[in-house]
Amino acid sequence: MTEESILGTVVVDIILFGLLAITAVEIARLRSLFGVVALSGVFSLLSAGLFVTLDAVDVAFTEAAVGAGVSTVLMLGALSLTTQRERIPSHTALLPFFVVVVTGSVLIYGTLDVPAFGDPKAPVHTHVAPEYIEGSAEVIDVPNVVTSVLASYRGFDTLGETVVIFTAGVAVIAMLGSGLRRRKNGQQK
Amino acid sequence: MKHHLILRIITKILIAPILLFALYVQFHGDFGPGGGFQAGVIFSSAFVLYALVFGLEEVQEVAPPSLVLACAAMGVLLYGGVGFASFLFDGNYLNYSVFFDPHHPHEGQHLGILLVELGVLITVASVMIAIFYAFAGHVPEPDDEDW
Repeated sequence: MTEESILGTVVVDIILFGLLAITAVEIARLRSLFGVVALSGVFSLLSAGLFVTLDAVDVAFTEAAVGAGVSTVLMLGALSLTTQRERIPSHTALLPFFVVVVTGSVLIYGTLDVPAFGDPKAPVHTHVAPEYIEGSAEVIDVPNVVTSVLASYRGFDTLGETVVIFTAGVAVIAMLGSGLRRRKNGQQK
Repeated sequence: MKHHLILRIITKILIAPILLFALYVQFHGDFGPGGGFQAGVIFSSAFVLYALVFGLEEVQEVAPPSLVLACAAMGVLLYGGVGFASFLFDGNYLNYSVFFDPHHPHEGQHLGILLVELGVLITVASVMIAIFYAFAGHVPEPDDEDW
């Protein structure tokens, strides 16, 4: 990587993180729930951009499709079942602020031990990863290592994820109904 | 929504490319970013878009709720079934290498990954559509003041 490209990545990171922070603060400040839903879509899209700069295109793809796309629509659907504005809380925001500051400090303290980004000696790159990367080319013959890890090496995990999604669908249907009973014509048009 | 002429025309033009793009993401997942999860969400977004513009009843003519629910379960069953299929070839659960010639594991791996990703696609797309149906078809309960 040349120096210009490193500088470019840093500038993009700073811009994305800055916009992400502004969006987060606005979400906390806004009382209009419609605006909060729209901004949470923006937040997801910015996160997707950050994942792209980390070369995690598969994750970015999912974040953009799920976070910025479908979940925004679902949140708007949920919004139509409730009120448009958040009630002004009766208590002060001191305790939540304290919790957020403590949690944030713990998280930042945790990152101090994490190996540098892209460090080839990081534990995650020395355990099973070399075997997966080699096997993906020779045994599985799939160029996208993410797919071969997701569907073959970690097939059990993905089966679990699929069951989780199925369970989530079942849970929502159990609470809200499947829409099997059609609304009567004229009642809701 | 009879008067949103531009929205209706654009939606009609967009539906087919969205579905096609979902299938591209699905079947190109071996070579580029993407796979069953992403493709399923994109696939369901075509139905959501159709419902937003033309109404819930119109889209439920195309994808009835009972069919969507059945498909959500079918995807998981397909995934789990592929795992049981490898028992028939004396393999471990979800070991696709044994499907064809054990000396050429990649043939079985290709088939296994294809089927498993298909199961993920079917479940994710159906569950997303089902959750959307549940939210959009839900009539809010009347407030205490409305009585």
